[in-house]
Amino acid sequence: MAKTLNVALPKGRLGEKVYAMFEKAGFECPSIKEGSRKLIFENEEKGVRYFWVKPSDVAIYVERGAADVGVVGKDILMEYNPDVYELLDLKVGKCHMAVAGKKDFVDDRNRTLTVATKFTNVAKSYYSAQGRDIDIITLNGSIEIAPILGLSDVIVDIVETGTTLKENDLEVIDKFEAISARLIANKAGYKFKGDLIEKIRLSLKEQTENV
Amino acid sequence: MDFQSVLSKEEVVALTLRSLYAKFGYAQYKMSKFEEYDLYVRNKDFLVSDSVITFTDTDGRLMALKPDVTLSIIKNGKDGDGLMKVYYNENVYRVSKGTRSFKEIMQVGIECQGAIDQASVTEVLELALKSLEVIGKNVALAVSHLDVIKGVLDEYGINGTLAKELTRYLGAKNRGGILKICEQAGLTAEQTEVILNLVNVCGAPNKVLSTLDAFKINDATSIAVEELKEVVKTLEDRGYGDRLVIDFSVINTLKYYNGVAFNGFVEGIPQSVLSGGEYDNLMKKMGRKSKAIGFAVYLDELFKLGKEV
Repeated sequence: MAKTLNVALPKGRLGEKVYAMFEKAGFECPSIKEGSRKLIFENEEKGVRYFWVKPSDVAIYVERGAADVGVVGKDILMEYNPDVYELLDLKVGKCHMAVAGKKDFVDDRNRTLTVATKFTNVAKSYYSAQGRDIDIITLNGSIEIAPILGLSDVIVDIVETGTTLKENDLEVIDKFEAISARLIANKAGYKFKGDLIEKIRLSLKEQTENV
Repeated sequence: MDFQSVLSKEEVVALTLRSLYAKFGYAQYKMSKFEEYDLYVRNKDFLVSDSVITFTDTDGRLMALKPDVTLSIIKNGKDGDGLMKVYYNENVYRVSKGTRSFKEIMQVGIECQGAIDQASVTEVLELALKSLEVIGKNVALAVSHLDVIKGVLDEYGINGTLAKELTRYLGAKNRGGILKICEQAGLTAEQTEVILNLVNVCGAPNKVLSTLDAFKINDATSIAVEELKEVVKTLEDRGYGDRLVIDFSVINTLKYYNGVAFNGFVEGIPQSVLSGGEYDNLMKKMGRKSKAIGFAVYLDELFKLGKEV
């Protein structure tokens, strides 16, 4: 019996890049390129079904088994720590998890440091490893604005080129983790569709090595 | 009378499992709803969820609604010559990951304590397979041997935080993370290869059983590999070959578990529905001399399969 493999891809540029890798691996799904507003695309012949979801939700779809495999940024994995297999570093969507602050910022260890971020768990574990007492302000976007307005001392966020930081007079204080897109798999799904998932992993791996 | 139409899938499975375990000579273990909180605090890492519902009894003792059955069975058991074989069907109280609130979960399981030998390990694994088949049609039992993993880590001098991180990466099949740890630990290319093989060696017994010899790097791992092979071969002979997966990503906390460890999966349920293994270390920690093996079946996800059995 042929089984359909459900693949959750992150909406946006990264997702398109990754889909191209899946296509190259021999799991194309032509209807996906028709530019419709549909969210689910299936190629019955190849036995794959793709769907576009919000990047930060991919891990949840995979952990809960709605998708067998998915592609998600390491930042999301660090933040939510889902119970999934992390099979491969796809080496695309590269950036860093970093602490940034105003250019003249000096950390005064005598007082609590306020940190603005959408990665609260990441920030907590980063600072608790240093024994630093912090207060966290959870923001969902335009994090860079927080230090400028005096809302926080520093921010913890992903930094790609650093242009946004520079244009807002901020600078990176510590790049502490390299981020890139990862291939993840549901632990139960892997037990039943493992051969197919391994085939995809190997083909994707080959592509990452030829970059 | 037609009970089937009245009972939920969960209840039908629980009853079928109970009669299965009884047939194999397991006696029912009944416990009260409450235990002293102390029992759970001392063995906190053993529990799946770290929160316990507590209340003060009329005499001032701090009590807990049981989050687990195994600890009580160990506490109340006695070391002896023979085998104590029990099964239980109890409600336990745990925090659900999604809502972060307490949930009542029906759990069925078996525990086998005493003079455990290969035959009893094999029997427990066979019962695990039979249990999965009660739940669904397409099933898989992922089996690993923790002494292989522990033996490899010990041989290469990986311990403490590094060992903890490495086992986490092994559990996630994260090769990139494993490479990072091996580098930090200053392992040679050859040693790194052996550790990566813990991820690479994964699949049906007829494919991977012969490759297990690669882990025979010292006495401890050699014994463990042979043990795993013997158990799996016996199960293959009994016709379970196609439902077995050798998979070293099955890692329970090494602090409590040792020997054979396993997780069971049923197609259609995204989490493992069965989990167990040998836990001699936990027995020792609780002052017991006997060996032990057991597993629990989680029935709270079964509704996803629909009503037919």
